Amino acid sequence: MNYVIIGNSAAGIGAVEGIRKYDQQGKITIIADEPYHTYSRPLISYYLAGKVNQEQMKFRPDDFYEKNRVETILGKRAVKIDQSSKTVSLEDGQQIGFDKLLLATGGKPFIPPIKGSEMENILTFIKMDDVRAIAERLETAGVKDCQGREDYPEKERTVVTGHDQLRPVKAVILGAGLIGLKAAEALVKLGVKVTVVELADRVLSTILDHEAAALVQSHLEDKGISFELEDTIEEFIGEKAVRKVRLKSGFVINCDLAIVAVGVRPKVNLVEGTGIEINRGILVNKKMETNIEDIYAAGDVAEGYDMLKGTAGVIPIWPNAYNQGLTAGENMTGADKTYEEGFARNSIGFFGLPMITAGIINPEGDEYEILVDKAVEDNTYRKVVLRDDKIVGFIYLNKVDRAGILTGLIKEQQDIGDIKEKILADDFGYLTFSEEWRRAKLWK
Amino acid sequence: MKKVYAREEYCLGCKLCEVYCVTSHSESKDVVKAHKMEEITPRVIVESTGEVSFALQCRHCDDAPCTKACITGALQKDPETGIVGYNQEKCVGCWTCIMTCPYGAIKRDEYGRSIISKCDLCIETGEPVCVVNCPNNALVFIDLAEKQGEGVEEQDKLVKEQGGCRD
Repeated sequence: MNYVIIGNSAAGIGAVEGIRKYDQQGKITIIADEPYHTYSRPLISYYLAGKVNQEQMKFRPDDFYEKNRVETILGKRAVKIDQSSKTVSLEDGQQIGFDKLLLATGGKPFIPPIKGSEMENILTFIKMDDVRAIAERLETAGVKDCQGREDYPEKERTVVTGHDQLRPVKAVILGAGLIGLKAAEALVKLGVKVTVVELADRVLSTILDHEAAALVQSHLEDKGISFELEDTIEEFIGEKAVRKVRLKSGFVINCDLAIVAVGVRPKVNLVEGTGIEINRGILVNKKMETNIEDIYAAGDVAEGYDMLKGTAGVIPIWPNAYNQGLTAGENMTGADKTYEEGFARNSIGFFGLPMITAGIINPEGDEYEILVDKAVEDNTYRKVVLRDDKIVGFIYLNKVDRAGILTGLIKEQQDIGDIKEKILADDFGYLTFSEEWRRAKLWK
Repeated sequence: MKKVYAREEYCLGCKLCEVYCVTSHSESKDVVKAHKMEEITPRVIVESTGEVSFALQCRHCDDAPCTKACITGALQKDPETGIVGYNQEKCVGCWTCIMTCPYGAIKRDEYGRSIISKCDLCIETGEPVCVVNCPNNALVFIDLAEKQGEGVEEQDKLVKEQGGCRD
């Protein structure tokens, strides 16, 4: 069997591990446009801030490809898929044949049409090269050593202006989502002055409700980040490089660089016009099969099954990508596996304030019940969303311990009606449930 | 594989399992020094309501969802031993494993470091110290797999035989 995987991140690696569970002999080829050994994209903010080095970025050990007998074609873009001849064409004209193909091309940042957005110091923040580009711009602006360092300065960075006066290095970030705020945190740690512009009325609007978002925002403001909410960038102003941005409100902010982080879209250009069905992402069933036989998709490029919504959806998160890739790999060998546990969930933190959120966190409708426990003075806020006495979502801010028990209850759609008043108790755990339930879970 | 199981009807909630866990995973291997001078988070969680209590460790799951969610590759299941291992050098403290573990068996470091604490079945000593030192034999280290499907009573019998219950 000849397996070809396009993509070298969570889903691609998951697929290798899935294939090798069942097929030790088949040939596996990974094609990726990035030239790097598989690395963890969520770690790029840690890398930028100097908290991890390039070695620690590696998602699997150096001998991973060798041990799993994977042939790698890294640093070359796949440009065409021919499903009748079962070949993938690379940008240099090389053709790679396949018996089974996995599309794990990931996502690409969405750049809204804003005047001036083609300028050289307007950057995105999803991959290794983005860190390098940001580091380069920061160096130009006077921040010397911002990647791969073991310790980072807490003090503010400054550059000398034309009048021999010191002024801080400034960045503007468009988007207060996960990516925008992780970029903001890393830059602040490097001593850069950061303003975040966000169209929504709160930070992290996809994973938090208003109350939690207000706590997180004030924590971030305490750490030095400025916010312009319910506003957006209307124009990037500068010649070759952006020097300031003009907001819709008319407010003008000076900057040495800008980062656009308004969202990531499935990277589907390779399959456009091939007959492989696309909605927002590449449509796949629970086995990760596309509508074309022997072609699979997984990860941020795929539109799989969202168990909480009961419909197809793109769920661009790491565990989902790995698990979809694993399932695809297993099925490519002829196994019969499904991945049905897809739903949004995130664990993230900023300046020591952690949060874990999952599922439906801003429910609309009478069918939902909401339980809340909070202590605003210590940034603690916990909310559990129930539907028919089953957990369909939660927010754990600051007190995140044992959150996985709730994630497990969501996956199983367990009826918790009889214990729901104890779910936010400090001693919530396995003893909250019946002995029979506990025994069934633990004695196996 | 052999795993640690808690017999909650015998657990007194004394937390000696935590004490031995901390000592065994210390540099000094000295109970006082380990607790006073080394910052070590126990790898076992003792749940207690006052009436019932039991100790919970990583279940070393067959499908190990934490290893599939880990963004750094720090958590890996050893295909030979079945142990879910943890590489502290790789961990950045993102807590994705805490979001994922359905048992809530992974803890954040109690001293504020960006690392986790989870049971390693005492791979270095060969037998989990929490089991060896439980004063009431409320913890047993056995392979249940071969007894799967034989029902609760059979399992109880197995536990009584292998657990060496004192009463």
